[in-house]
Amino acid sequence: MTDQPLHRDVLAAGCHWSLEVRRGHVLRLVDVEGGANLGLLLYNPRNPLERLNLPDTLKCQHTFRLGKGHCLYSDMGRVFCSIIEDTAGWHDAACGASSRALVERRWGRLDYQAARNGMHRSGIDGFLVELGKHGLGRRDLAANVNFFSKVVADADGALRFVPGASPPGARVDLRFEMDALVVMTGAPHPLDPAGRWPARPVAWEIHPAAPPGADDACRDSRAENQRGFRNNDLYHRGCACGEAA
Amino acid sequence: MIVESALRPDDAAYRRVVGAGDYWLHPIRAGQTLRIVDLEGNQAADTLFYNLHDIADRYSAVDTIREQANVYLTAGTKLVSTGGNVLLEIVADTCGRHDTLGGACATESNTVRYAPEKKYMHACRDSYLLAVAEHDRYGLGKRDITHNINFFMNVPVTAAGGLTFEDGISAPGKYVELVARMDVLALVSNCPQLNNPCNGYNPTPIELLIWD
Repeated sequence: MTDQPLHRDVLAAGCHWSLEVRRGHVLRLVDVEGGANLGLLLYNPRNPLERLNLPDTLKCQHTFRLGKGHCLYSDMGRVFCSIIEDTAGWHDAACGASSRALVERRWGRLDYQAARNGMHRSGIDGFLVELGKHGLGRRDLAANVNFFSKVVADADGALRFVPGASPPGARVDLRFEMDALVVMTGAPHPLDPAGRWPARPVAWEIHPAAPPGADDACRDSRAENQRGFRNNDLYHRGCACGEAA
Repeated sequence: MIVESALRPDDAAYRRVVGAGDYWLHPIRAGQTLRIVDLEGNQAADTLFYNLHDIADRYSAVDTIREQANVYLTAGTKLVSTGGNVLLEIVADTCGRHDTLGGACATESNTVRYAPEKKYMHACRDSYLLAVAEHDRYGLGKRDITHNINFFMNVPVTAAGGLTFEDGISAPGKYVELVARMDVLALVSNCPQLNNPCNGYNPTPIELLIWD
């Protein structure tokens, strides 16, 4: 992968966006200032009923956290994308997105009338706006990943948000193994204990991806992922349910 | 947390045994109590709940986990919806811990977890899809088959962020009991999974009871 992206943009603090990332491309996410949260959902643009499935993602890889070497799975047993690089090390897959009520409870109400685009935005509102652009709605909200946010569980299952886990410049490279509609919100993590509105910008870049080599760190990190890649291969050869063109 | 119930099965307004691999779709009115009994032990009851009057407002595993700041469900847990509402509350539990991270089995995920040849084996998502198709008056579809609860299933999280699937901590006759805080629709797939210890490799029946 070259250092020169095909496209670069910055998702302003707390804002939302969506884009289609094609198979064979890398979506690089950069936590510009440190301490960002990037909520992310994935859908198959040809059939949005196929979507990111975090339960399958976690259990197929026997993991609670996400990081380098992990794949993000759809509910159809296929790999949307592989985490081929990751300098933060721990990304939350259990805590979902903030609602408007949660944002107001935690950081106070700051609306557009008062703050213009510096207003406090919720993750759910951001997702719903972006989903609406693609004909999707509340019933299509799935459990999302929270990139750059670390939440640990103790032996009794109690959760703790770990502040400062993502340093300035931390980056995650997602190599897309099939075309995907990517829906993003930069609203803060719902468990972020910061007293002041902690939203931070996230830069995103599109790069061409080198195809997986003979020994790929994500495909070959475990037998489950090899089988997931096999399912993708069947799909792209037109031999699987809902085959690609 | 182990909390026993004072309710007597003989007083229940409704009782139904659901065989392994079958589904149960049933409304529960605000104030009613639902008990799910693991009749023979080591069974997984894969469960979804919906606001009966607004199906887009339904059980959310991530909101529930986050709002109670714990990954396991037990007595005292409030089941939170995508809209931030409390659907039901667990009021009794003789098992002590239930999973809501691992999701329901599907033919597609079976190909990844176990082997490509497992794709024709009966799975929970089959039961869910058949349930919503056979009861289309509720307006449910595939998009509504979301991140569920696995009652009686034990999926410990490790300090290093791992996830392990352990032998069930359930046993014959153990149960979980929930009070509905609003009118809800319950959708249970009594798991047919033959490939992992969540059912002890031998799926068995559950019983559903409702008290007014």
